[in-house]
Amino acid sequence: MKTSAQITFSRRSFLRTSALASGGMLIGFNLFNACKADVAPPVDISQLNYNDFNAFIRISDEGKVTIFSPNPEIGQGVKTSMPMLIAEELDVPWEDVYVVQGKLDTKNFTRQVAGGSQSIRFGWEPLRQTGATAKQMLVNAAAARWGVSASECTAKQGVITNPNGETLGYGDVVKEAALLEIPEDVALKDPKDFSIIGQNTPNVDLDKIATGKPLFGLDYKAEGMVYASVLRAPAFGQVLESFDANAAKVIPGVIDVITIGEKARQYFEKGDRNWTANLNPNDKVVVIAKTTWDAIKGKNAIKATWKTDSPLESTEMHDKTLIDLLDGNTFRTMRSDGNVKKAFAEADKVLERTYESPFLPHNCMEPMNFFADVTPEKVHLAGPVQTPADAARVVASLLDRDLEDVQVEMTRMGGGFGRRLYGDFVYEAAEISNAIQKPVKMVSTREDDMTTGVYRPAIKYRIAAAIKDGKLTGYHLKEAAINGNMYGLIPNFFPAGAVENYQVDVANYKSNITTGAWRAPYTNFLASAEQSFFDELAEVLEVDRVQLHLDLLENVKGTTDERIQYSPERLQGVIKLVVDKSNWGKAEEGVYQGFSVYYCHNTHVAEVADIIMDNGLPVVKKVTCAVDCGIVVNPLGALNQIKGGVIDGIGHTMYSELAFKDGVPQSNNFNSYQLIRMGQTPEVAAYFVESDLAPTGLGEPTLPPVGAAVANAIYAATGKRLMKQPYMSNLNVEEKIVG
Amino acid sequence: MPTFTLTINDKKHTVEADMDTPLLWVLRDQIDLVGTKYGCGIGQCGACTVHVNGTAMRSCLMQISQAEGMKITTIEGLSKDGKHPVQEAWKEIDVPQCGYCQSGQIMTASAFLESNSNPSDAEIRNAMHGNICRCASYNSIEEAVKVAAKKLS
Repeated sequence: MKTSAQITFSRRSFLRTSALASGGMLIGFNLFNACKADVAPPVDISQLNYNDFNAFIRISDEGKVTIFSPNPEIGQGVKTSMPMLIAEELDVPWEDVYVVQGKLDTKNFTRQVAGGSQSIRFGWEPLRQTGATAKQMLVNAAAARWGVSASECTAKQGVITNPNGETLGYGDVVKEAALLEIPEDVALKDPKDFSIIGQNTPNVDLDKIATGKPLFGLDYKAEGMVYASVLRAPAFGQVLESFDANAAKVIPGVIDVITIGEKARQYFEKGDRNWTANLNPNDKVVVIAKTTWDAIKGKNAIKATWKTDSPLESTEMHDKTLIDLLDGNTFRTMRSDGNVKKAFAEADKVLERTYESPFLPHNCMEPMNFFADVTPEKVHLAGPVQTPADAARVVASLLDRDLEDVQVEMTRMGGGFGRRLYGDFVYEAAEISNAIQKPVKMVSTREDDMTTGVYRPAIKYRIAAAIKDGKLTGYHLKEAAINGNMYGLIPNFFPAGAVENYQVDVANYKSNITTGAWRAPYTNFLASAEQSFFDELAEVLEVDRVQLHLDLLENVKGTTDERIQYSPERLQGVIKLVVDKSNWGKAEEGVYQGFSVYYCHNTHVAEVADIIMDNGLPVVKKVTCAVDCGIVVNPLGALNQIKGGVIDGIGHTMYSELAFKDGVPQSNNFNSYQLIRMGQTPEVAAYFVESDLAPTGLGEPTLPPVGAAVANAIYAATGKRLMKQPYMSNLNVEEKIVG
Repeated sequence: MPTFTLTINDKKHTVEADMDTPLLWVLRDQIDLVGTKYGCGIGQCGACTVHVNGTAMRSCLMQISQAEGMKITTIEGLSKDGKHPVQEAWKEIDVPQCGYCQSGQIMTASAFLESNSNPSDAEIRNAMHGNICRCASYNSIEEAVKVAAKKLS
């Protein structure tokens, strides 16, 4: 078993991790080579900017430090927390640090991706090494000037001190330091000496956000820029037959009406593939205009006819198809322990339940948009995308350009949630600019965004437990999903390893509706299903729900199964913490509690939801959340992620769904699609397990467990087991709060 | 195209636009005040909230022809130095996650507190119910409104 506790970082692993996860210095050969084998070292070091300490750090003569934050910011807080790691080891006052969003730079940075709650986990070691290495070089430069040994000098808060008590600021020696050999064996701080890591550090863009400064993709402007609105097929399964643009062209402000799609078709013909490249090869009508509003008006004035090209699907059809899959035998086995068949044959009791979830759009507050300026010299792209390196590669292929010609500027993103992993809006902007040879901003309306999305697909789980002599002897999970199935280590999450006879089977149906990752892919609903099931299972077994988990986790201790990466000890830890903090089992009269525990994205979480019933409706009053994410880099940012994840999870499990009819999404804006609002939110109380283990991510892990915590609390209050999301639509009560 | 003269953040702007153009797009595309955000275009999310004669209004629903003669304040004009008590409270609590909806939240909260500087918890929840935060920073927004109310009273 491999847990975060057992991952140790050696110098060698740092070099390897750098190449995988993080960047290197612009100066010096050693680290530069170590970071990326295929990058030629600079021939003439004097040609480099000496103030560029490395790809991440720039130190001015006055000692002010600029840190380039490598990863895209979608609201998960990495633009604050990643630079904190560098600043800690560089040992500078955080007040002297200025953070700038790094551009896409595949030479010096790697994994410039926002996704999978991985930025801090992968950046933990190399970003601190980067800071520590730079600090050592500054100390070496100062020592050389003084003619003393570097080991006799100390550096703290941007000031180097020698044994005689003389001092030099970082800015005083930066030019000399930049010319030095890069030291190899730089020690990192003992966590007890951290002065930035672990401190509440506000979002670095806070001032700009609170005063409305341009930050986001939609705010990005360039000289001569025009706007584009794209008319795409209204139904999945339809393609453009013909269109009449006469009414659009007479609208003042409309410049031109074109079609795109050709480049996407060529991309597929070439056989190029990239997992983020959700190109739509069908023709789309594009209205180019002077302003966003003119472009939208123009698009609305296009008269298009569409023809059916593949089946027009509906929610009813999806429901039936997925149930047929669960009833059938087209499964692929993802994990199998012991003999599940035998366990069920010998069982004296079987509990079997089916859990259902709907399609969900991401609904980032900032609708999809991107800027592109394609000229014979270069392709300049700017905007909000979670996978900028992939976007550059796909655009280069799409437009038959050298990758070196493609520059991507990353703006702050008005939400991501997985939607911006897929680059359709980037490719559209690039194809439009290529066609008109002008700088252009492609802007989706909310309706475009919600109806031509990359959705969380509907999934159904059937879970069965074999019980013999009052003990759980077998566990069989079946997944029926649309377009894809759970992947990676998910089939090895709890209760894998805890039950002797255990099997996970998956089946899928290929739909023409575009689907993809959505905050905590698969686990966002799998956790709801499994943890609701365990609540009922405990009741059937006549054991305490919490104790059932603690006991099952005992079975996992000491496992040699490498696929099991959750730690039974750490899961027990969060369970005990949440029980302690939530007043579990001792709630006041009229308050009903539900318990849930889950591991995903390398983080262990347990939650208790407190609900009350108000006029026959459940109201979530409070969620207590216990988290073990190792060292907490920025408690303030961490709390924001935890609370956001919990409330987002409640919103989507209780209220949200996207239905389809004849291939058409049945909601297209917030008057027909419900997102959680303030009046529906509980207080979230979050607690961390104290830990000195390497940090893990928080963008996703608190979301998956909350659905079951709420469902289990509703059961405690009403005796009704909720197995179909969104719960409020399946309680047979009317409560639609919109607007 | 007709011409309109608007008073925005105490400054006069003359713009040319079709009379049905939403104030939102005039602010963003023509006057370069991009702090006012587009979220839904139908008055459901609150991201485009501005003050019109001191009242919180959805700029996506207000046509430019209706905006003439009104005193319009956007997030950029809420305070001279970014230190309106509501902005200060937002920073103190570190409210934003992605941050996109926050100018609309701040504009709703500041207009609300102007009319009720000592609100109950229920009044705060009611006043902020029309503003969506997709990152679900609602706990922090609620707390920040309370902090701002204290600063104002």
